[in-house]
Amino acid sequence: MKYFGLKVHEAHKLIKDREISSEQLTKSIMDRIEDVEGIVHGYVTVTKEYALKKAREMDKKIAEGEEPGPLSGIPCAIKDNICTKDILTTCSSKILKNFKPPYSATVYQKLEEQGCIMIGKTNMDEFAMGSSTENSGFFTTRNPWDPARVPGGSSGGSSAVVAADEALFALGSDTGGSIRQPASFCGVVGFKPTYGRVSRYGLIAFASSLDQIGPITKDVRDCALILNAICGHDPMDSTSVSADVPDFTRFVDKDIKGIKLGVPKEYYTMQIDDSVKKETGEAVTNLANIGAEKVELEMPYTAYALPAYYLINPAEASSNLARYDGIRYGFTYEDAENLLEAYKKTRSSGFGPEVKRRIMLGTYALSSGYYEDYYLKAQKVRSLIARDFDQAFKNCDVIVTPTAPTVSFRTGEKIDDPLMMYLNDIFTVPVSMAGLPAVSIPCGFVNGLPVGLQIIGKPFDEGTIIKVASAFERMLALDKVKPLFGSYVRGGA
Amino acid sequence: MEITKGNVEHVAELARLEITEHEKDIFTEQLSNILDYVEMLNELDTKEVSPTSHVVPLVNVFREDEIKEVLKKDEALKNAPEKEDGYFKVPRVIE
Repeated sequence: MKYFGLKVHEAHKLIKDREISSEQLTKSIMDRIEDVEGIVHGYVTVTKEYALKKAREMDKKIAEGEEPGPLSGIPCAIKDNICTKDILTTCSSKILKNFKPPYSATVYQKLEEQGCIMIGKTNMDEFAMGSSTENSGFFTTRNPWDPARVPGGSSGGSSAVVAADEALFALGSDTGGSIRQPASFCGVVGFKPTYGRVSRYGLIAFASSLDQIGPITKDVRDCALILNAICGHDPMDSTSVSADVPDFTRFVDKDIKGIKLGVPKEYYTMQIDDSVKKETGEAVTNLANIGAEKVELEMPYTAYALPAYYLINPAEASSNLARYDGIRYGFTYEDAENLLEAYKKTRSSGFGPEVKRRIMLGTYALSSGYYEDYYLKAQKVRSLIARDFDQAFKNCDVIVTPTAPTVSFRTGEKIDDPLMMYLNDIFTVPVSMAGLPAVSIPCGFVNGLPVGLQIIGKPFDEGTIIKVASAFERMLALDKVKPLFGSYVRGGA
Repeated sequence: MEITKGNVEHVAELARLEITEHEKDIFTEQLSNILDYVEMLNELDTKEVSPTSHVVPLVNVFREDEIKEVLKKDEALKNAPEKEDGYFKVPRVIE
């Protein structure tokens, strides 16, 4: 039977009613991977034996009378920068190509405890630096809607495998848009929670003041379920926050009458494709038609977020990536004469071009004589951006913008021009700089390629985002539209 | 902001990266472009603005000083490219 197309909540019902077993579901996913992975290339590692063993264990527990929870026996994919004990965790980097972490990230422990079945680790831009997965040290993931195009990034593998039904859901990580932009390109739901909402313990550090883990799912209800599972304070992460975690599914399928929808004009006047502008504009109209109240906003510092981000992000990255010295773990250059040469040769052959570029940029921005002009200046601008959002949220409940300025682009189109690639993040970066929660949900298509709508919320108010996203999804039912692999796939899709 | 090849060489040295002549040329151009772009931040007057390092209001987090299980020696060494007698092994440091 073909169960791979199920959503998490649908599969849960079937498992709960004893209509299918976790093993059947997991096998169906494995069959699907066999059929489409040759096109998608979303996984760095598929943990087939491990998954089937875990699924059988779960089935045994259920057969012995254990009541299955919402995630019991549900197959999921994990981005390859999230540590999974004794299972390869590469960050899609040659420098970590053989790294098996001695411990698991808190988020993965939580999913395991709730009975999730991990079926593999997904491809990404190396160390999460990029917007297309073309910076992966191994291979490029393809967009299931058009394999000649990129899935976005850096959580491109996670987004593509969910869109292609190769996992029921996935975890990604978002530093400047790395969950939302690929979710937009792949036509799935991607949620970046408030900074501090989800533990970063065991997430391989990139830019620590910005990194946040979140779910990539087939619909908004699934997104709420996964948020329920992963949010919450963790003593192992000193930046995690002890805020109450509501049951996010309570916000699904609710009326949005009277919700104030902020629409900042800056997001619609920056460099943006007309077709994307049109689709997101219609989304705002649609939301107004079901009772939301449109509020026009001015957020004058919006355009300064990206340049500030591209100082803060490389600065933090250059400091975090100093740990890769080839001595305690990972790839090492073997024939070095002395320690300094070992460091240099290891790092030069282990890191790819974008990682080197950010390390160089960050090192420069932090170096003596430039710190105040660059890093400190960027941190001050970051305050102005956060202030913009504070002001805006005095007049509205959520802010609605496009997720990305374009739909998915062709492989190779932007890879030689770093600045062009960075401009992909123009609408997602301001949100990251302010630490706010935001979702990307499908809102339409341009030439058969998905367009994403970004819904931004107040700090720790993920619930209102879910409420608006759910109402929008119910109206358009785009969660029912899937990429057709057609003739690509053995036996059809 | 114009970046010179000399700047690039200096930064590579600080970052412990060995880069080829070809990479030096590329990085010189690309880093200059990126720094040109971030120049726009200077349009903003930030004299009175305090910097944000973290958006969440954070205070020091303390815990009791309790003895807990930590990573065992063999687990910590498991991923080491080279080890000897329970230690990480490194190339010669002092000539």
